[in-house]
Amino acid sequence: MCLGIPGQIVEITDVVKKLAMVDVGGVKRQINIACIVDAAHPPESCIGDWVLVHVGFAMSRINEEQAAETMKLLAELAQIMQVN
Amino acid sequence: MKYVDEFRQPGAAIAILKEITKLSQSLSQPLKIMEICGGHTHSIFKYGIEEILPDNIELIHGPGCPVCVMPKGRIDDAIFLAQHPQVIFTTFGDTMRVPGSEYSLLQAKALGADIRMVYSPLDNIKIAQDNPDKEVIFFAIGFETTAPSTALTILQAAGENLPNFSMFSNHVLVIPALKALLNNPELQLDGFVGPGHVSMVIGSKPYEFIAKEYHKPIVISGFEPLDILQSIWMLLQQIIQNRCQVENQYDRIVVNSGNSAALQAMNQVFVPRDTFEWRGLGDIPFSGLKIRPEYAQYDAECKFSLPSNKVQDKKACQCGKILQGVMKPWQCKVFGTACTPETPMGACMVSSEGACAAYYKYGRLGKFTSSNLSPANSISV
Repeated sequence: MCLGIPGQIVEITDVVKKLAMVDVGGVKRQINIACIVDAAHPPESCIGDWVLVHVGFAMSRINEEQAAETMKLLAELAQIMQVN
Repeated sequence: MKYVDEFRQPGAAIAILKEITKLSQSLSQPLKIMEICGGHTHSIFKYGIEEILPDNIELIHGPGCPVCVMPKGRIDDAIFLAQHPQVIFTTFGDTMRVPGSEYSLLQAKALGADIRMVYSPLDNIKIAQDNPDKEVIFFAIGFETTAPSTALTILQAAGENLPNFSMFSNHVLVIPALKALLNNPELQLDGFVGPGHVSMVIGSKPYEFIAKEYHKPIVISGFEPLDILQSIWMLLQQIIQNRCQVENQYDRIVVNSGNSAALQAMNQVFVPRDTFEWRGLGDIPFSGLKIRPEYAQYDAECKFSLPSNKVQDKKACQCGKILQGVMKPWQCKVFGTACTPETPMGACMVSSEGACAAYYKYGRLGKFTSSNLSPANSISV
């Protein structure tokens, strides 16, 4: 129920209704982006953004820097354990 | 898949597990950690996380599956609405098999009710537009993750002045349920794995009372195996260092302040009910959401008169205790016999996020049952 999947916004299909096409692992689907747009992030600027999709809505923009940080930490940990 | 595969790397998983094992050796007594969210329960079983953890770390599967906590009386109300000849009743797929006092929505559909599964609440708008002579009622369930999308759907329906659409709101809130759990003297927990996607909406601040008032650590976690392992590792560090804080492992998605647009939509459309019944937890004050009077024309509870009976669970079914984490699925006498995913007796066996269904699906019987089964609750498979 509360699971979400990451997808990338590839097209804005309706600026007024805040609808966008999202690519989830090669499958494209129209979703609502009302929860991730504001004055600083108008719909047009969202193309290319990675978002978390839940029941047809983008509920959060994925912070690519934080994701990279987490992955770096995990990779470092794996490396340390290998050395030991 | 990006942002999925990276968090499933075996090398990193082994490394975190070694760290967890090392830390667990300094524990003076066994730990009980509750994952609140049903999505975590599902992942924990899917990836066998429970099996690979040291023996002195036990995971307790909490009440965070909205399907599982739905009381039978509300399912009966949903079926009552669905059987109205002028109604098209829509729902997410995982509520279809939840048993009411007599039967499920799936059985009601087989008996002729027009019940349709939808992927998104927004699908209802088109169904309502295509069927102007019918009332389309959506069975709105879910925690704070789902409530903003149903709120936005009502706002869109209001914007389009859609006359033949309403919702049967069964949205629930995670914080009141956590308070009820923490106030249960039977429950002995050492920390929480916090729900990632609820927190994406509400942020991390609402959990601060857990650390401050109840002195339990909580780590908000993502759903991939490395996310969950890292969260357990972070919890262990807090416990060993005698810290109680709200930490955020899932910072690629969750910001501390939450999602203001989602919260605003939710608050515009919904208001907390004085009380709401949870399966297994009973009535919890201010734990459910109803549609505000301003949007009464989109509220099925205002448009239709509902029976709203309270229905007790069958005596043999132990969903209530399982949802509170005080009993394991295999300790229930009907688990795997009278109660299976094909013929669920209780809600925990219905949704893939339910503890019983996860135990059943992923065959987690051996480790626990071998040492704990008594002849009284033996399982015939």
